[in-house]
Amino acid sequence: MIIEESLRRISSEPHEDFYQVLTPEGELLIPIDGMIDNSLAVGMYRHMVYARTFDRKCISLQRQGRMGTYAPFEGQEAAQIGSVLALSDDDWMFPSYREHAATVTRGQPLQTVIRYWKGRLDGGVGYREKHILPPSVPIATHLLHAVGAAWASRIRHEAAVSIAYFGDGATSEGDFHESLNFAGVNRLPVIFLCQNNGYAISVPFNKQSSSRTIAQRASAYDIEGIRVDGNDVFGVYMAVSEARKRALEGQGPTLVEAVTFRYGAHTTADDPKKYRDQEELLAKWRKRDPIHRLRRFLEREDLWDERQESQLAADCTEQIDQAISEVLSLPPEQPEAMFEHVYAEAPWHIAEQREELNRILRKDGMQS
Amino acid sequence: MTQKLNIIQAITQALDQKLADDRRVMLLGEDIGTNGGVFRATDGLLEKYGADRVADTPLAESGIVGSTIGLALNGMIPVAEIQFLAFLYPGLEQVLSHAARMRHRSRGEYTLPMVIRTPYGAGIRGPELHSESVEAFFAQTPGLKVVVPSTPYDAKGLLISAIEDPDPVLFLEPTKIYRSFREDVPEMLYRVPIGKAKVVQEGSDISIFAWGAMMPVAVSAAKQIEEERGWTCDVIDLRTIYPLDRDCIIESVKKTGRAVVVQEAHKTASMGAELVSLINDEALMYLRAPVKRISGFDVPVPLFALEDDYMPTTARVKAGIAETMLF
Repeated sequence: MIIEESLRRISSEPHEDFYQVLTPEGELLIPIDGMIDNSLAVGMYRHMVYARTFDRKCISLQRQGRMGTYAPFEGQEAAQIGSVLALSDDDWMFPSYREHAATVTRGQPLQTVIRYWKGRLDGGVGYREKHILPPSVPIATHLLHAVGAAWASRIRHEAAVSIAYFGDGATSEGDFHESLNFAGVNRLPVIFLCQNNGYAISVPFNKQSSSRTIAQRASAYDIEGIRVDGNDVFGVYMAVSEARKRALEGQGPTLVEAVTFRYGAHTTADDPKKYRDQEELLAKWRKRDPIHRLRRFLEREDLWDERQESQLAADCTEQIDQAISEVLSLPPEQPEAMFEHVYAEAPWHIAEQREELNRILRKDGMQS
Repeated sequence: MTQKLNIIQAITQALDQKLADDRRVMLLGEDIGTNGGVFRATDGLLEKYGADRVADTPLAESGIVGSTIGLALNGMIPVAEIQFLAFLYPGLEQVLSHAARMRHRSRGEYTLPMVIRTPYGAGIRGPELHSESVEAFFAQTPGLKVVVPSTPYDAKGLLISAIEDPDPVLFLEPTKIYRSFREDVPEMLYRVPIGKAKVVQEGSDISIFAWGAMMPVAVSAAKQIEEERGWTCDVIDLRTIYPLDRDCIIESVKKTGRAVVVQEAHKTASMGAELVSLINDEALMYLRAPVKRISGFDVPVPLFALEDDYMPTTARVKAGIAETMLF
């Protein structure tokens, strides 16, 4: 069993150790037959390249003043995409605000992501069709929503799990602990997917907690915990698949710690050079890059070549540019949108305030 | 068919009937199962409906509210019990940042049919932080409805409406009058609409607005002042404090030209202040005296040796009415 083995390793081996399937050199440590076929492996690669391309594009849109603050995820593609590809359509997904690689891979339109960071209300949707919730901004609060959704699935005996995405900082919040405890005591089908990227904005993990690992917190609640190389898309995929299988068998929740690194800033509003040695860390982590290692593997297996690479790059650019131009050419949101959806039916004061704003806008001629 | 029930029994009956009526309804909270809740609101329901539908939770209010949100997202209609209003504070972030906002931020894609029931208010000789009346916090929270019954009939009908409401409802139960009287409550499942106040007693000289455990105080002050001075009072039970029933409030003030608000909450930035403001907006020219707030004081609710002095009493309400009448 992957998880039991990994737990043993966590308790007996050094800090850096984790479950790994694909090494940074692109070599397999464990056979993947029957788990990951060629088309899935190539699909993972395509998704990761697409995600990295749009992440970089979003930063550049922000720099050009065409988008608001943005939370980049470059470096964390394997943790997000490996995990989300292990889910089925009926599963419930509770993302934080840095999970666009995961949500877009699961089917959320990229346009939604761009609208969100452009500050439009219509970007705040999740993606109901695939049970994706809107991104949660408060830290760790949404883990409890995953717990509740999993609870509902269990009560109705549905074959669905809930997965919550969060970072290392979230593990200091009370709601993280309440979630593990609630899920444990009710043996709920939940996966807690922590992307430990080493920094909560500027605070490194060794100032976040005296715990050696995040995965070990699982043992305090007597639930499963696994520490996986978060830059290894195969490892993450297999760990989450295993956690999902256990959840559906009624064996309860799993805390997955995916060890990874965000190459850039927390958001476009901060400068990582201020709180860490970017040069040294980037040199170290680029050697462990999730995309490069999978490419090495695919090339070695004759599943990928230069021609496909340049075709993929062209396709990504085209699709992303198309999505961006769609959003940039949207008409501005109507101010009255803010009055919609406060309740199923607007009470008198909200209805009147909407009219009040409309009157002002008409009078001042501000409404275009 | 009716039975004589007190407020807590009416609440139990509403929960029982909704559990029977709709498979999606479930209850969760601390000590609500075997123990039947600290005030026995869920007494007997675990045996009847099982642990999946009447669930004891760990002692964690954020956990309760947060998982209630998740349950509501995924097809359930959860009714959470928080043991006392001040114990909801650890779950405030879940209420404010998620429960109230989910429909709006997801543009109606996700909605939360859920209820948080909690006893509130002083007057039961409770320990520290068992007596708060901070309903105004929640009237600053668009997306949430706040309901406060003051009679067994309304408690049952409003709770059923709250459970059937498509939006999250905070259901505040006046602890002091949980068991203080019984009245005829229909056995059938019925609804009292959210957002509608009730004229409890009609009069022509002054309007008295109150809710929850202040209703018996307001009514007794109105009766005494009529006997003693001959002034007749329009007494109005707000029943829903957010959103307010403006039409009922304003109609009454236009009729009487005078108003007092009776509340056990702190005075500053309270629902009472909101009522003054609303009356100012809508009926200023009808007023013959300033609107008076008879209120809890702006001090932490004291330990119970002094709680009777903190709470508005009949005497204080009568004095406030007299001051307004003689302005």
